[in-house]
Amino acid sequence: MTTYGLLIDYEYCTGCQSCEVTCKEEHEYPVGKWGIRVLDDGPWEIEPKRFNWNKIPVPTDLCDLCADRASVGREPMCVHHCLANVITYGAVEELAGKMNGKSKQVLFVPQFKPYEAKGPFTHDPSKGLRKAKHVEVVENASAERMAAHRGDARVDEV
Amino acid sequence: MSLKSKATPAIKLDTLSSVNDLGKPWRYVDEDTGSTVTRTSVWSPPGCHPVGCGLKLHVNDEGKLIRVEGDENHPVTQGRLCPRCIALKDYVYNPDRIIHPMKRAKEDRGQADKWEQITWDEALDIIEERYRTITGEYGRESMVIFTGTGREGGTMAPFATMTFCTPNFCYSQSGYACYTPRLAACAYITGIPYPELDYAAGLPGRYDDPEYEVPEVIVLWGKEPLPSNPDGLFGHAVIDLMRRGSRLISIDPRANWLSTRADYHLRLRPGTDVALGLAMINIIITEGLYDHDFVEYWTYGFEALAERAAEMSPERAAEICGIDVEDIYGAARMYANAKPASILWGLAVDQKTNGMQNGQVIVDLMSITGNIDRPGGQVVGDINSGLNEGGFGFDKGVGPELAQKMIGIKEYPGYCNLILNSHADLTLQCMETDEPYPLRMGMYTGNNLLACTSAEPKRWHDAILRSLDFCIAFDCFMTPSAQATCDIFLPLATVAEREGTTWAEYGAAPLYCGFMNQAIDEGECRSDLELAFLLGKRLNPHMWEEYETVQDFINHLRLGRQFDFEELRKEVVIQQNVQYFKYETGDLRRDGQLGFNTPSGRIELYSSAFAQFGDDPLPYYEEPHFGPVSTPELMEEYPFVLTTGARTYAFFHSEHRQIAYLRELNPDPRVEVNPAVAARLGIADGQWCEVFNHVGSCVQKAKVTDTVDERTIHAQHGWWFPEEDGSEPNLYGTFRSNINNLIPNFHFGKIGFGAPFKSMICNIRPLKESYDTDMSVVWDKFGKLV
Repeated sequence: MTTYGLLIDYEYCTGCQSCEVTCKEEHEYPVGKWGIRVLDDGPWEIEPKRFNWNKIPVPTDLCDLCADRASVGREPMCVHHCLANVITYGAVEELAGKMNGKSKQVLFVPQFKPYEAKGPFTHDPSKGLRKAKHVEVVENASAERMAAHRGDARVDEV
Repeated sequence: MSLKSKATPAIKLDTLSSVNDLGKPWRYVDEDTGSTVTRTSVWSPPGCHPVGCGLKLHVNDEGKLIRVEGDENHPVTQGRLCPRCIALKDYVYNPDRIIHPMKRAKEDRGQADKWEQITWDEALDIIEERYRTITGEYGRESMVIFTGTGREGGTMAPFATMTFCTPNFCYSQSGYACYTPRLAACAYITGIPYPELDYAAGLPGRYDDPEYEVPEVIVLWGKEPLPSNPDGLFGHAVIDLMRRGSRLISIDPRANWLSTRADYHLRLRPGTDVALGLAMINIIITEGLYDHDFVEYWTYGFEALAERAAEMSPERAAEICGIDVEDIYGAARMYANAKPASILWGLAVDQKTNGMQNGQVIVDLMSITGNIDRPGGQVVGDINSGLNEGGFGFDKGVGPELAQKMIGIKEYPGYCNLILNSHADLTLQCMETDEPYPLRMGMYTGNNLLACTSAEPKRWHDAILRSLDFCIAFDCFMTPSAQATCDIFLPLATVAEREGTTWAEYGAAPLYCGFMNQAIDEGECRSDLELAFLLGKRLNPHMWEEYETVQDFINHLRLGRQFDFEELRKEVVIQQNVQYFKYETGDLRRDGQLGFNTPSGRIELYSSAFAQFGDDPLPYYEEPHFGPVSTPELMEEYPFVLTTGARTYAFFHSEHRQIAYLRELNPDPRVEVNPAVAARLGIADGQWCEVFNHVGSCVQKAKVTDTVDERTIHAQHGWWFPEEDGSEPNLYGTFRSNINNLIPNFHFGKIGFGAPFKSMICNIRPLKESYDTDMSVVWDKFGKLV
């Protein structure tokens, strides 16, 4: 099965947050929930007069890559509305090729609701097959005084 | 105006899927959802400048707007959209939106629960009765219209000239410190209304058009165009150009995303720009880097300018501005050596006392480097371009006699005559004193002055309540201004509910014209154009006889009767025809001669218009009225220079605070403080602080950041809290966090323009209290759409 992702050219991400808002509109996520977030690293000075300031959109665990739109061949809404046009949607093999020779890019393969994606817990019946053996157990006189097993000389004070 | 006959097919962005809506007509049925899609190119409201971004409005069978998408058919925006229009649905169907007319007794002003819903007929009856009574007693000049910025209502001069027939159309910001000072400087010197960065917006092939050249250098002067699309520029065109190789110079006290990408970032002391500009001119002339032929053939007063600039050595400018002299040399040489090069000038140019001179040095720089009217330089309109509504209906509706009563026309003719506005500060004074005559009736069009536009807002509040017997609000939401001072509230239609045109950048440059196509009806809302028509027919029918429908009015006001709205709307966006080097063809002058539309026919580096209005014909540096040089005695108490009003993506000025998805991006008013200052004063990141000076104070939440240096504080503007109690005295908390409490009126320049919104002084102290917005309250109140 093809794996899809978002290729972000963060050289030009200006932090406009169109991706954040359009994602919320598309999925009706309430205040406090997001499908993508723009992380903000900076500004901090690398050297006098030169700042590091990178804005990086990161899909969250509520990003489904706009599955409904993808099913009719359209790009996710964050891609559509991005003011700086820095997000590309596609198959990761194809997107990885676009990373060649162009710096400041990052490729995300999000997972929508990872807990749910893992499915409910089910026990594997092939595991843990060893059964307890029946043996006679006798009383343990040496355990009269319980103490922490410490290597120093003050054990008695515990 | 010169439009192409049809829409140009948009160039597809690489990121857009092969399944898309390119080539779709202005209205169509979406195959996937069955909804009806209307393509439109929008202005306002919600507030924005006339950028005319392309929208696809999806409407279901019940006539409800269910989806908003950027229209990939738009030649400039190409489907891209900012958060404010992405959240349009939340604005249209916000539970706090007002969609019916309301009235309230004058004695109940300031009481939020006293409004009563009425019919349009009753509203019009009340307005007509009050208008006839008040103007009968005091004359038509007793009516004032307070206009805001950006939105169509802010420039709808026909409200004054044709609907109410009053000379007092008033942008209520001190010194009209927004856009017009730059416009005036440019018009005085060159006869051209606005010299825009050429981003190929009118060329069919856009950046790859054979006529176009990518600017080698873009100078961002007091402008950060990305969050706000200022003056109607699609801000992210700068990003498009950076991808194509443009390099940046940023002149800005604050660090912003673009400045951190610039080759030179000149972080000058706020308000000292003219010293820097003069030094750059000095360097460019001294080193012979100017365009010798252009200067010789097309400019007037070069020697005088050279002499004046020689008085400002780069070393002296470096000291005044507080920046390294090598950076002034470097930036001046980089700009002058680049061919073509373009300067984007911003609001900061206007928001200082000698803003006119700041505009002047910038236009001079554009001129001596030969970048005016050159591909990839400054794209400029021909003699027929520019704000067409400025004088529309003025001669007939106001007339020469009443025009002489415009407040401020005698004191500041260069201000009042240029934009046919009453002078903001003198209008305030008039309401305080009834001099030169009483103002008794008012109306707000696209203006929320108590929260946003006006300096010393409490003073405006008291003056309006003192003087106006009757006041009308026309908006989408209740505002603190309307709540405090109005007696009638009329509901304003959003872009989804209206028709009209969007001349990008007010038509000042040859870019494109968009058409607003109505997709839905909501309540009983009206557009600015509709209300001007409707009220005008009632109050001054002689002005409206020639219009049977609103579209007749649109065809005249917006399309000069050269085109028919009904025909062109189907094209949605049409590019204008672009022509360069028009000074060589006679298209810049009313008389058709070669050259520029100035008395000398050349670009007047030595400006006769400046002289005519009582100012120096040459640019000169003037210290900000407040600061370490002008008021050293105040600096111990107020040691920081205060700049205000940097734009955010979340809001258009004072709008959008009740749009939960947008408020979430910026829940509280933020004041930026340098980390070293914060450490010294004991301010933690996120701590609420009082910002104060000798004029006033407010509280905002500290953002400890390197975006400001140690001598500068920056504070957000336009704050109020629609989730709070709207009644007096709280008024949605608008005076609590309003940074304009600290900005005085009456600090403009000689012609009457400019104000210290970006060059005041202040101090800051940490508070124990927290005023944090509870977003769950905002969500509960505004999140459920109706």
